[in-house]
Amino acid sequence: MKRILVSVFTVVVLLTMALTMSGCGNKVVLNVFNWGEYMDKSLLDQFEEQTGITINYKTYDTNETMLAKLEAGGSSYDVVFPSDYAVSEMIRKDMLLPLDFENIPNFKYVDDRFKNLEYDPENKYSVPYFWGTIGILYNEDMVDDPVDNWDILWNPKYAGRILMKKDVRDAMGASLKRLGYSMNSTNDEELRQAQEALIEQRKLVAGYYGDEIKDLIANGDAAMGLTYSGDFMELYWDEDADFSHISFGVPREGTNLWFDTVVIPKGCKYKKEAEMFINFLLDPDVAYQNAMTIGYPSPNTVALDRMRQEEPEAFELEAFWPDDEIIERSDVYVDLGEYKSIYNQLWTEVLVD
Amino acid sequence: MKKTAVRIYMGLIFLFLYAPIIVLIVFSFNKTKSRGQWAGFTLDWYAELFKDRLITEALYYTVIIAILATLISTIVGTISAIGIHYMKGFSKNLLLNVNNIPVLNPDIVTGVALMTLFLSAGLRLGFVTMLIAHVLFCIPYVILAVLPKLRQLNKHTAEAAMDLGATPSYALRKVILPEIRPGIISGALMAFTMSIDDFVISFFTTGNEVSNLSILIYSMAKRGVKPTINALSTLMFVTVVILLLIINKRSEKGEELLL
Repeated sequence: MKRILVSVFTVVVLLTMALTMSGCGNKVVLNVFNWGEYMDKSLLDQFEEQTGITINYKTYDTNETMLAKLEAGGSSYDVVFPSDYAVSEMIRKDMLLPLDFENIPNFKYVDDRFKNLEYDPENKYSVPYFWGTIGILYNEDMVDDPVDNWDILWNPKYAGRILMKKDVRDAMGASLKRLGYSMNSTNDEELRQAQEALIEQRKLVAGYYGDEIKDLIANGDAAMGLTYSGDFMELYWDEDADFSHISFGVPREGTNLWFDTVVIPKGCKYKKEAEMFINFLLDPDVAYQNAMTIGYPSPNTVALDRMRQEEPEAFELEAFWPDDEIIERSDVYVDLGEYKSIYNQLWTEVLVD
Repeated sequence: MKKTAVRIYMGLIFLFLYAPIIVLIVFSFNKTKSRGQWAGFTLDWYAELFKDRLITEALYYTVIIAILATLISTIVGTISAIGIHYMKGFSKNLLLNVNNIPVLNPDIVTGVALMTLFLSAGLRLGFVTMLIAHVLFCIPYVILAVLPKLRQLNKHTAEAAMDLGATPSYALRKVILPEIRPGIISGALMAFTMSIDDFVISFFTTGNEVSNLSILIYSMAKRGVKPTINALSTLMFVTVVILLLIINKRSEKGEELLL
């Protein structure tokens, strides 16, 4: 027994040492912090081979997790991928470094529509990574009305078969938009009406969920649910299973246009190398490969054109390529500032009422 | 009649316990990524598992941390348990209760508290801080597993050994430790599972360098957990079953236990 213990211990110590040793040396290590499963990981190897820079790639599940990790300190990150409202919050809290676009020449490939957006008005801090909408994922066999408006989520005909996203911004946003208000409303009366509508909707809702909505609808457990366009794209690209009866409708009243972006937080150790990495991600070949793996529309025009040639059918889908009119009427989330806690309060009341 | 009822009851219990694991294993061979639909058999997820640098790295750290945390906490915990056992009166009760607090404390409180402690001590969050945290929350379980064995111990055997000329440390090694070994082993197993299991405390005490499997799986929430994780869980489950079988075989033969 003693011998086994000793040998186990030696092996472990040696392994740990080997590991810490490899971390030493003068090699540049870029700490990249991204959403889980949100990048073609072979691109990391490609970047490492091209530049000799090592990438330490870690993942998170929500903007809030990422923000908490960054604010806690104790470790630093060089490149992170916050969504729109998180970008404006990080700008407000002075957590970001301005990008030097001389080091990011590939920024010229980014669609002009996706520059200077509300969350980063002068486009000093962020580069768009992927974008999409929120809308209604539904089972065509179970829904016989057109899914092109928010009202359908309040239709008593589908009572007990409607799923709502358990997210304060998405749920409040849908309710606000249905009443004709902005998804970033800070008008108390508008917010009260939106909350009332959500409370009224409760008796129709089968449940409030996160990423399970996709599976519940795909399996026929519910007729429709509020979710991201990306969830539908996952099902759409799945070649091994038949999801032809699942569709995605984007309400004509307009919806939320979401962006995930690439930024460099304060505390970054290798800013130049971080910018090299961002430039690499914007390279048309890389952006194309990444977008084909992830299955979301790329904000990179060259990559997008190539996707259009390769997958013309996807561009017929509202989930992938919504009409310009809808985009016109849609809102990008911005940081709500002090209204953040009011939204949270109203939403909590909906859930517990 | 009674026998069949017992059998049915047992069957139901086992079904309840193992149904999730069976489903998980079955879906690790499923062609499609989406849960709940069967699209044909494939071994692709197993192949992809070993190509995924994030998963292999997280697995590596999970196992290393678990082994180190188990070793350290088992040694420290056993020594503490022996110490507590020979204490008396108020201080013994006090220590026993203090030992229970970390067990009852919500993980998130422990996690945040440890993070604050490490940061205020100026430590960089990473491998070392995560290991310290794991050792810390494992020790009380080891103590709780070892103490009952010490209580069963006949205190006269150690005394007899010393009467016959054994030094206290010799008596400890040759008399006490062999007697309480089942307690030490179950404490170590407990520590190992707690360490592999832990998400909350690890999450707060790790930095940008190290991430374990539970953190990695949790971060997949946005895009859905991939079947590679099912494949990995299947392999871990099979490993544990094989290990248990070997241990049982050995103890049946009356040989020494593996650990």
